[in-house]
Amino acid sequence: MLLLSYLRMKLLTHNMLTSHVKGVTKGYPLLIKATEVKLTDVDFNSEFVSRMIPKIEWSVLVEAADTLGHLNDLPRDLPPDYESSEDFLRKVHHVLLEVEVLEGNLKCPESGREFPITKGVPNMLLNEDEV
Amino acid sequence: MKRKELESCLQQVDVFEKPKLLLEQYPTRPHIAACMLYTIHNSFDDIEDKLVADLGCGCGVLSVGAAVLGAGLCVGFDIDEDALEICSRNIEEFDLKNIDTVQCDVCALVPERFSNKFDTVIMNPPFGTKHNKGMDMQFLKMALSMSQTAVYSLHKSSTREHIQKKADDWNVKMEVIAELKYDLPASYKFHKKTSVDIEVDFIRFCLK
Repeated sequence: MLLLSYLRMKLLTHNMLTSHVKGVTKGYPLLIKATEVKLTDVDFNSEFVSRMIPKIEWSVLVEAADTLGHLNDLPRDLPPDYESSEDFLRKVHHVLLEVEVLEGNLKCPESGREFPITKGVPNMLLNEDEV
Repeated sequence: MKRKELESCLQQVDVFEKPKLLLEQYPTRPHIAACMLYTIHNSFDDIEDKLVADLGCGCGVLSVGAAVLGAGLCVGFDIDEDALEICSRNIEEFDLKNIDTVQCDVCALVPERFSNKFDTVIMNPPFGTKHNKGMDMQFLKMALSMSQTAVYSLHKSSTREHIQKKADDWNVKMEVIAELKYDLPASYKFHKKTSVDIEVDFIRFCLK
């Protein structure tokens, strides 16, 4: 049997996750505390990346990549003509889809509640008293 | 890829080992999954290079299919960690790089953060029987809020009128693409027959 490499949470997914613990009004963005990060190879598709950019919170992506130590030279501000820069889109592709968190947790910025990431799967389930 | 090839491929997907009654866990048969995905991909071009969500992904047969058909990224959401464990195993075995999964309660998700983020939502939601009354509509409501283009879902044909009314209330266009027979094998001890055919609508929803 092949050695199982664990699954992962990509930063594109992280960009969409929110904490909805009872009483929390601003459960976004979740702070990533990663104990295990993995880089992978995903086929580059410029059109897909280009379309994802308006869907995401750019500053949150930058912050997340930075926290994981994989910001490299991705600019903190979104350049105005990003669709036409393949070089830029490749950098975004890398950070959105190729940097993966295997183990760690996501911390709610307001309540401090930590949602564990195990084998790459974030567990966003709340306990009874948090709903 | 031909539909039959896709179906053969999906036959390799592992299913629930101990399906949980309360969560209404039934695997989506490879034949039905292949029919759904093939139509979504070929007739509507809603999978390739798209951001796809699979609500109630279970062991991941729809997600695996979407990934194999070239989704940019498919995110599977499910409440059950045992199902997600099997899903992870499937993703590994198929060596797919374009699937993420999230463990959560779809009905408890806060819509705003996901609002219209996904190009496409595909799902085979709990039908809302036994203890889960109304769950099919909760899933549908969440799916519609998450999707930008379309939601593809399976619902019992007997609920068609009810769903049409809701669709009208929500200002959503509903198209029954196909009527399928969903054969549920006796997976729980209380099932008396060896299998039961349920008539199911494969529906496409999109904003008007």
